[in-house]
Amino acid sequence: MSDLEKPGAALETQGLCLSFGALAVASDIDFRLERGARHALIGPNGAGKTSFVNLATGVLSPSAGTIRVDGADITRLSQAARVKRGLARTFQINALFRRLDVLENVTLAIAERDGVAGGLWRAAGRHRRIIDEAYSLLETLGIEEDALRPVSALAYGRQRLVEIAVALALSPKVLLLDEPAAGVPSGESGLIIGAIERLPADIAVLIIEHDMDLVFRFAKTITVLVQGRILVEGPPAQIAADERVREVYLGDRVHRP
Amino acid sequence: MHPILEAVVSIGFHGLAFAMVLYLISVGLSVTMGLMGLVNLAHAVFAMLGGYVLTALMNRWGVPYALSLAGAAAAAALASVPLERLLYRRLYGGEELDQVLLTMGIIFMSVAGVTYVWGPLNQPVYLPHWLDGQIDLGFRYFPTYRSFLILCGAVLVTLLWLALERTRAGAQIRAAVDNLRMAQAIGINTSRLFTLTFALGSGLAGLGGALGADFLPISPSYALSNLVYFIIVVAVGGLGSIRGPFVAALLIGIADTGFKYLLPELGAFFIYALTMALLLWRPHGLFGRA
Amino acid sequence: MTDRAHSDRNGAIEAFARRHRFRPLETVPWVVALAAAFAFPGYLSLGAQILATILFVMSADLVVGYAGIVTLGHAAFFGTGAYTAGILAAHGWGEPLSGLAAAAAVSALIGFLSGLVILRTTGLALLMQTLVVASMLLETANKASSVTGGDDGLQGVSVWPIFGVFHFDMFGRVAYGYCLGVLLVGWLVTRQIVHSPFGRSLTGMRENVRRMHAIGAPVFRRRLIVYTISAALAGVSGGLIAQTTQFVGLTSLSLERSGNALIMLTIGGVGRLYGAFIGVPLYMIAQDQFAEIEPVYWYFWIGLLMVAVVMFARGGIIGLVERFRR
Repeated sequence: MSDLEKPGAALETQGLCLSFGALAVASDIDFRLERGARHALIGPNGAGKTSFVNLATGVLSPSAGTIRVDGADITRLSQAARVKRGLARTFQINALFRRLDVLENVTLAIAERDGVAGGLWRAAGRHRRIIDEAYSLLETLGIEEDALRPVSALAYGRQRLVEIAVALALSPKVLLLDEPAAGVPSGESGLIIGAIERLPADIAVLIIEHDMDLVFRFAKTITVLVQGRILVEGPPAQIAADERVREVYLGDRVHRP
Repeated sequence: MHPILEAVVSIGFHGLAFAMVLYLISVGLSVTMGLMGLVNLAHAVFAMLGGYVLTALMNRWGVPYALSLAGAAAAAALASVPLERLLYRRLYGGEELDQVLLTMGIIFMSVAGVTYVWGPLNQPVYLPHWLDGQIDLGFRYFPTYRSFLILCGAVLVTLLWLALERTRAGAQIRAAVDNLRMAQAIGINTSRLFTLTFALGSGLAGLGGALGADFLPISPSYALSNLVYFIIVVAVGGLGSIRGPFVAALLIGIADTGFKYLLPELGAFFIYALTMALLLWRPHGLFGRA
Repeated sequence: MTDRAHSDRNGAIEAFARRHRFRPLETVPWVVALAAAFAFPGYLSLGAQILATILFVMSADLVVGYAGIVTLGHAAFFGTGAYTAGILAAHGWGEPLSGLAAAAAVSALIGFLSGLVILRTTGLALLMQTLVVASMLLETANKASSVTGGDDGLQGVSVWPIFGVFHFDMFGRVAYGYCLGVLLVGWLVTRQIVHSPFGRSLTGMRENVRRMHAIGAPVFRRRLIVYTISAALAGVSGGLIAQTTQFVGLTSLSLERSGNALIMLTIGGVGRLYGAFIGVPLYMIAQDQFAEIEPVYWYFWIGLLMVAVVMFARGGIIGLVERFRR
């Protein structure tokens, strides 16, 4: 049975809650990310979208509720342990090893995935297989010519692609992309969109975005989060037509299909 | 008086006096580290400078004690301004190693400077005669100088806390320590605030150094040899906190006095062990934030 | 894929994979060390101390430059090693190599235990804690004067000949060779670590610890391991000094010793493996020449140098060379 045919969701939360004092970032969130999903999470600023990703990945601990990956409860697991379960994310603002080469950024991730990153005996350069795979990954994203340049030397749009490459290097089952197009000049955003469209079909992808063009192009399901609560969830056409969503986005253009 | 009670009162009293000096010197360090995110190892230099200015004013020019104290505070505060504007300001939010190296460099230069001007020996401190002897507090006699320290400290601490709670500048400082981005967003001129806070902290340190000159001797090695104490007070109290270092100073001041009195063979070891234990329990200090 | 793309790919991968290979330039420090021994036979004692200190500063580089853990208490491990080797020798066991092994073991233990406690935090809190740990050890050594000699220092450190054959001579020839040999081993170990996947992950932690967590790296465990190894190396360097100078004083645990290590490392270049090899000789030779004459000026100029380096030449000498090359 292929991964896509197994029962259960790739990522699932039940009754997820978290507050910072009076500010509720998550109120009883029941969420399902199906296998192979192309799912978008949208909502006004401060709705709790990034906090949701932080909760899912273990950066934040919920006050109540459970989180499951592939049916297994990961609520108490550390960040690193969740990565081992197949969860990977990108950050809204690039979190990369800026002074290291692009290739090294990716090999570090692959080495962690394969459990060889703690090795002291064999030189890193001897792990050809890892370097090879890293380079191939850069090729699929179209940034292989920057392989030996430090990340800080790249244009921001291409850095954003490195961010995606590092997450993909972990061979995740669930990929959480936090505003992948954020901060990318419009001339370069095509690269990001292209990369996202070419993501492997068996990875469940959740994307947080404000760019509605991107959202409607990419997503088969959209969840709208407002003040830590899910307002509505459904296919793009339904969301676009929903009155409440338009109200919440006062002044924001909602794409009309 | 019963001998045990006698010992407790004595330790408490001397510890309190020590704590006051520790707090006055350390509070500026705590706020600077919390507000600007700058590890200022050279903070003790301002305390040292205060001590040197005090002794210079009194011994060289016969300036009365109270005025010399004010002069010490003022000198330290003024000296801090060019330092902050020219050097420190480039390192806010910068790499920690840079800050450590820069502030070490400043310590070295100031140690060389004071040695050049005043020589390598301890500066003699001649307290005015109205601080000599003992005063009668009803149930017991206490050394006048230490009583003065406690009184001075209490007044200064109260003034400081009042200033921070009641004045606009104080509110701005507290806001900025709490959330710098937000403070900038609501229009607080954080650049000027930093300079002001730094000067205030350094001035207090200068005053603390001058007040405590009698039992923390003023010499070129002051900034390095006493650094650990101030660091401990800040670490235990919690970075950025204003009350935290006070509690920590009390703890450290009284504990240190007590240990040295009761178990002199072990010296400062217990203070360090106590600090490690406290930090194990609360890694960010008693009143610090994660 | 086109032929051009193939060769670009192979070229890039080869270049990346070859970084750990020995390069001819890396023999220079050793050639210089040997040449200096013949050129300056009167300075071999100083030379031996320089070599031992290079090992110390290199161990600090592992922690500060590679793992990004800024510490002001690295002398704690140096001093622990020094006192361990010294006390062993003063109490009848003067065999040098086992003395070094003991120094390494005890320092590693101290490193491991203190790391367990303090490596849970980062930044300023961690920095302060390294200072407290070192102060604690200094105070212990001060008060346990019956064992350590206290203020006067440990006397009577008498070391047996190496392998039973090489007596320590008063010109420092054996000491120099001894330190050179130990430094070589220490360097090979450090170099191996730096080029291993473990070492690369350290640079990752230095560059962006948030990202390291997000790729599943066990950050605390790695830091603890490198801290322990570094402590062991620092302990060996302390043991070397104890054995070759036949004396151990309280300054081996001092804040000044820790600070000097950072200064020497910065002058050479942090996180570049060879910073210690450049910074330590420069600093110690200059200190030997000038500090006795005018201690005040020495302090002042070193302070000024620090400020200048931070403002203008962050990567130290190696950094300047790299910038020049581009």
